[in-house]
Amino acid sequence: MTKNSVIATDLLAAGRYAGVNIDAWRWIGALAVTALAAALPFTLSNYHVFELTLVMIYAIAVLGLNILTGYNGQISLGHGGFFAAGAYTAAILMHRYGVPYWATIPPAAVICFGLGVLFGLPALRFEGPYLALVTLAMAFAMPQLLKYFDTWTGGQQGINLIKPLPPPELGIDRDRWLYLVVLVVLLLAMRVAANLLHGRTGRAFVAIRDHPIAAAAMGIHTARYKTVAFGISTLFTGVAGALSAIVIGFVAPESFGLFLSLSFLVGSAIGGIATIGGAIVGGFFIEFVPNFASDISDAAPWAIYGLAMLLLMYAMPRGVVGSLGPLVAQLVRQMLPHRAEK
Amino acid sequence: MAPILELRGVKAYYGQSEILHGIDIAVAEAGMTVLLGANGAGKSTALRAICGMVRREGEILFAGERLERRTTEDIARLRIAHVPEGRGTFIGLTVEENLRLGGYTNGARSHDGMARMYEYFPVLATRRRQQAGTLSGGEQQMLAIARALMMAPRLLLLDEPSFGLAPRIVKEIFVIVERIRRDEHVSVLLVEQNASLALELADYAYLIETGSVIFSGSAKALADNPQVRRSYLGY
Amino acid sequence: MHQFLQQTFSGLAAGAIYASLALALVMIYRATDLVNFAQGEMAMFSTYIAWTLVNAGLPFWAAFLLTLIASFLGGMTIERIVIRPVENAPVLATVVVTIGLLLIFNSMAGWIFSYTLQEFPSPFPDRLLFGALMTTRDLGVIGVTLLMLLLLFAFFRFTTTGLAMRAAAQNPESARLCGIRVGSMLAIGWGLAAAIGATAGIMVAPVLFLDPNMMGGVLLYAFTGALLGGITSPIGAVVGGLIVGVTENLVGTYLIASQLKLTVALALIILVLVLRPNGLFGTAIVRRV
Repeated sequence: MTKNSVIATDLLAAGRYAGVNIDAWRWIGALAVTALAAALPFTLSNYHVFELTLVMIYAIAVLGLNILTGYNGQISLGHGGFFAAGAYTAAILMHRYGVPYWATIPPAAVICFGLGVLFGLPALRFEGPYLALVTLAMAFAMPQLLKYFDTWTGGQQGINLIKPLPPPELGIDRDRWLYLVVLVVLLLAMRVAANLLHGRTGRAFVAIRDHPIAAAAMGIHTARYKTVAFGISTLFTGVAGALSAIVIGFVAPESFGLFLSLSFLVGSAIGGIATIGGAIVGGFFIEFVPNFASDISDAAPWAIYGLAMLLLMYAMPRGVVGSLGPLVAQLVRQMLPHRAEK
Repeated sequence: MAPILELRGVKAYYGQSEILHGIDIAVAEAGMTVLLGANGAGKSTALRAICGMVRREGEILFAGERLERRTTEDIARLRIAHVPEGRGTFIGLTVEENLRLGGYTNGARSHDGMARMYEYFPVLATRRRQQAGTLSGGEQQMLAIARALMMAPRLLLLDEPSFGLAPRIVKEIFVIVERIRRDEHVSVLLVEQNASLALELADYAYLIETGSVIFSGSAKALADNPQVRRSYLGY
Repeated sequence: MHQFLQQTFSGLAAGAIYASLALALVMIYRATDLVNFAQGEMAMFSTYIAWTLVNAGLPFWAAFLLTLIASFLGGMTIERIVIRPVENAPVLATVVVTIGLLLIFNSMAGWIFSYTLQEFPSPFPDRLLFGALMTTRDLGVIGVTLLMLLLLFAFFRFTTTGLAMRAAAQNPESARLCGIRVGSMLAIGWGLAAAIGATAGIMVAPVLFLDPNMMGGVLLYAFTGALLGGITSPIGAVVGGLIVGVTENLVGTYLIASQLKLTVALALIILVLVLRPNGLFGTAIVRRV
């Protein structure tokens, strides 16, 4: 597959289209979107850039959850805990060992992958609400463990970090530099996810999700794939966590509680749990809707937030990309001239 | 005599797939009509369409009432009893509880109803407090029929009652069904793959193939038809 | 030994509350394959209603009864209006709706009743019994819970509506064929669950003090208890809730105090689940091949 806009791939998920035309359009579309995204921070204020950076970070985290819950069918209410693991890995490496910020990402990825696999193994025994509880325990345990091991984690107070400096040759400021760094990671993450999910592994994931017995009967090593799915999922979310530590410059146990885990799940559902593009919608939802809610109602902002969740689920039960995606795909198909399949 | 149930141009869908392509069926009052056909022909779908369990179009008339827009519960309350494919017994509940549920819409008359059911199906009386899931296949089928009869139906829809049962048990059940039809004046619409047995008992028959009625007539006419005999009766 | 018995009894009292909420969760799960994450917040809101009635001058048990009725009606209404639109949607959508409901109730309670901790009256005098082995309050809580469970059991076992509800939960299609209005049964189920939750909230409020975040921990323990007992088993819910209550208390007393108590208790229970992944009394979640 040529470099494609993973959003477009997802929307036109019905598959192959004959003719160079379509691929060329995809190329153009992908490049246009990327260029737009890269140019955007230079037109906005510092604070808006910071907010958009967080959107992208949450999108990466939600993408991790989509892989696990959407494509592989294993529910997780504890991804906030893995986000925290990534964040604290980066924070401790930077704070205690002076590791440069960009070098903290690979260790965070590896550690969170390992945690995910470690978690995924016992998780094999659980389904549905039981798995939800086990992952929920993770969400609860993480802040408490972080407070307990305070020599490493700085306990309740957390760790203050110095925000990294951009390379001086580029002449851009810190917020915009970090935005671009996160953008690159996001694009990479989406590309990796697309390759994974639209290939053999992804099909195995979906087969396990929908028909686990049939999948096993066909020779798919269910346990292995499920464990790997967990690891990959937590890898993504852990990397997002590490990025959040770098961008925000501060980690504390309170920010990584149950609410974060639920936010990821909700963001996932609102975007479309078994989609890649939906993760970005989810990121927007997590970052912006609480603020909108506060604007609408000072006294009961979370009620508005909850109401927003309800209304979105009524209107689009499969999430924004999940519900609109097939519609757009159908429209596009009707607009394109018919050609023979490749 | 006007038929008690009429289907006119009825189509039925599973999701986007059209399963029934506009069928016309009439069930005579107090008679037994049978729908024959191979696996997947759409016979069960026809019953499900009558009861509103699948998306349907067309006209469905029951004793003058239109059924197309009604919900399954409301159709049941019109005293149409459906014994579905797989029996649909409440396996977690006892035999007696299953029967009580059958009589849900009948209220006070339930008690007499149950006594009568135990008369028709004595084996159920001996197992009245047992969990329905522990009954044998034949017993579960009897329970399913008894449950349907508890609502004192005007129309009984039976979906493949012979399925998975030994021939002796099937005969036993059919004998009881025929007796019930005569004694209780119930109209019966039967769906069966076991064509020979069904045609022995039925008055009128329809042959359904891939969602359309390809043949209809009296049961004897179908049984004598050489094509039907070759394809469905095996001789 | 004395302390052990003491802690066990107060654990049973706490466990009775968890058991009640767990039962509410199991009821809804059996009927809909869905965990109602908002059950705790609904209970909290009901408790505030009771509190308002008591403050308005009503005697405790009158306020209790009125709150139960209001909660029952409220639960039914929520099922009809909030849950019904996502009835046929993917499960995740319904999960998100219950999470949204959780936030709405929590926020509304804070807005209407403020976040200040409030005292909630206990209907039971605070006396020690049997040589300080247990308090009358503990006994009262266990008693009320027991009574509620007996009434529920009788309802489901002996009444036609109870039977119809069990049927609708087990096999909605067959239930419809019997003329049972499955939608109405669902609404009644939610109503009952809300009333049960209200009882749990009112029983726990005197101890935890009434505030919008009162039921968060209780819900977690109830959820754990329900799963421990087997999410499909009402008896399991009760037993599970009691076990969780006692475990929490004993862990807190003998193993580790405050902060990590929750983690350790959860870890122990998950250990049990590893050995019996469907809970103590649960049946395996059946999958169609």
